[in-house]
Amino acid sequence: MIMASEGQRTRLMATPGPRDRGSLSDMLWRNPKLFLALLLCLPLLWLGVVYLGSLAVFLAQSFFAIDDFSGLVTYEPTLATYRQLFSDANFDIILRTVTMAASVTVASIVIAFPVAFYAARYAKGVWKAVFYLGVMLPLWSSYLVKIYAWKLILAKEGILTWLFAKLHLLWLLEAWLSIPIIGGNSLSVSYTGTFLVFVYVWLPFMILPIQASLERVSGSLVEASADLGARPGQTFRHVLLPLALPGIVAGSIFTFSLTLGDYIIPQIIGSSRLFIGQAVYAQQGTAGNLPLAAAFTVVPIVIMGVYLWAARRMGAFDAL
Amino acid sequence: MRSDRLDRAPLPLKISACLGLLFLHLPILLIFLYAFTTEEKSYRFPPPGLTLEWFAVTWNRPDVWAALTLSVKVASLATAIALVLGTLCAAAVSRAAFFGREAVSLLVILPIALPGIITGIALRSAFSMADIPFSFFTIVLGHATFCIVVVYNNAVARFRRLSGSLVEASMDLGADGFQTFRYVVLPNIATALLAGGMLAFALSFDEVIVTTFTAGQQSTLPIWMLEELIRPRQRPVTNVVAMVVVLVTLLPILAAYFLTRDGDQIAGAGK
Repeated sequence: MIMASEGQRTRLMATPGPRDRGSLSDMLWRNPKLFLALLLCLPLLWLGVVYLGSLAVFLAQSFFAIDDFSGLVTYEPTLATYRQLFSDANFDIILRTVTMAASVTVASIVIAFPVAFYAARYAKGVWKAVFYLGVMLPLWSSYLVKIYAWKLILAKEGILTWLFAKLHLLWLLEAWLSIPIIGGNSLSVSYTGTFLVFVYVWLPFMILPIQASLERVSGSLVEASADLGARPGQTFRHVLLPLALPGIVAGSIFTFSLTLGDYIIPQIIGSSRLFIGQAVYAQQGTAGNLPLAAAFTVVPIVIMGVYLWAARRMGAFDAL
Repeated sequence: MRSDRLDRAPLPLKISACLGLLFLHLPILLIFLYAFTTEEKSYRFPPPGLTLEWFAVTWNRPDVWAALTLSVKVASLATAIALVLGTLCAAAVSRAAFFGREAVSLLVILPIALPGIITGIALRSAFSMADIPFSFFTIVLGHATFCIVVVYNNAVARFRRLSGSLVEASMDLGADGFQTFRYVVLPNIATALLAGGMLAFALSFDEVIVTTFTAGQQSTLPIWMLEELIRPRQRPVTNVVAMVVVLVTLLPILAAYFLTRDGDQIAGAGK
């Protein structure tokens, strides 16, 4: 009771007495560095020690190798695991994943740009909110449910086949599926299916940064371009596109990086050939080759590191 | 002055923007239809008939309830941890320029910038090295790590708008640091924290990749879903669960949107 009434009094009179609490907060005010250290010690312990520590320990494994006979990891620094990484079969996996990531990125840009452009420049009032939520809701809805929805759509007996049949276009679908690499038995076991799902799931990550960068383009710039006699196409190419480029690059960081690391989408919808994420999963799990899993993990980190470095030079981070 | 011609969107742009939005939403709507289908064995479209039967079946499934309960528990605890750590980080970063400030903000973003599989395996190998058995807490630890960034982003944006003179005025009027935090800072950042917390909850509730590595035998709702996706056994139940998950995640997102939108209009909050 005494404590409470004292707290009450201090609050009412706002005169900090020589109490522990007051002097502690005074001390913190006088020592901003100490205060900062206190603020940061917990988060840094968590992220800096627990998270970064386990990351470093795991990645360090890639410099060890597995003994072929015993199947155990030999703890001697070696580059043998990296040599294994660049063997034909494994290099194919890397190449396949990077190609997929690049095509997903390009397709996302093409679909995202009109949506972002309309939302940034023409949508007003209610429509602005509709477009904003229209992108935010799919972005935040469950990742697995989205994949599940596509499983329903791409299934052989699903809505897409039904739609093609109704339009008398089944021959087109079959012709597409008979194309060697991108086709397959049905859409849900082909690269086309994997590609569609990737584009669908990452699309909001592309729309938002493009929209942010386009919103900063003043309308008068577009008018000035028109006044100076540019056709709409020219205005787009010489005014809007360069100004939207940082947003496009920022979005492509998301689509590229997310595709490189995903292992669930190609596992559920796609052919049986592996992507990097699946290779990592298989190596650390059933194969029990942790060094190779770590080496595979280094690949997306290096690719994204180079990509981020290049993007930074283009000023992409101002659009985030 | 703007001319009408420039103010109205060209038709092709309108059409492609609307098609883009439809592309984002039609697949999710399809989930709603399938929750009512009478078909059990395949994903046949159009559904041969409609029924409410599967809602009752799902309601009586203990495994679904167990997974749901675990997910809610994990998400609550992870959100609570992320709220504390994220706010501390945001307060530190927005207070002053200090050596390593960039590094701190990079460190916060790293768990979500790196593919989830990397975070997951790194934590898993660390757990097994330290002989920590997989449990409820290992799942929470993984989730909190990547939830911090959501809280941090929301809080940092609000701290930036919070004028430093408010804090100084409070101190000048004799409040100590804790009083200033309780009566001046907290009311100002409360809605941002609430929004960040809701997003963190949604993020954790939906997380599957890190969870597959940090959960032992337990299954959260996404893990349950993943198993059904890989080896479909209970298609109708999965349909219903998928629909409920969509509805449940919808609410915090809408709430977070309205909370942060109104935050712009708090009087005196701007610089």
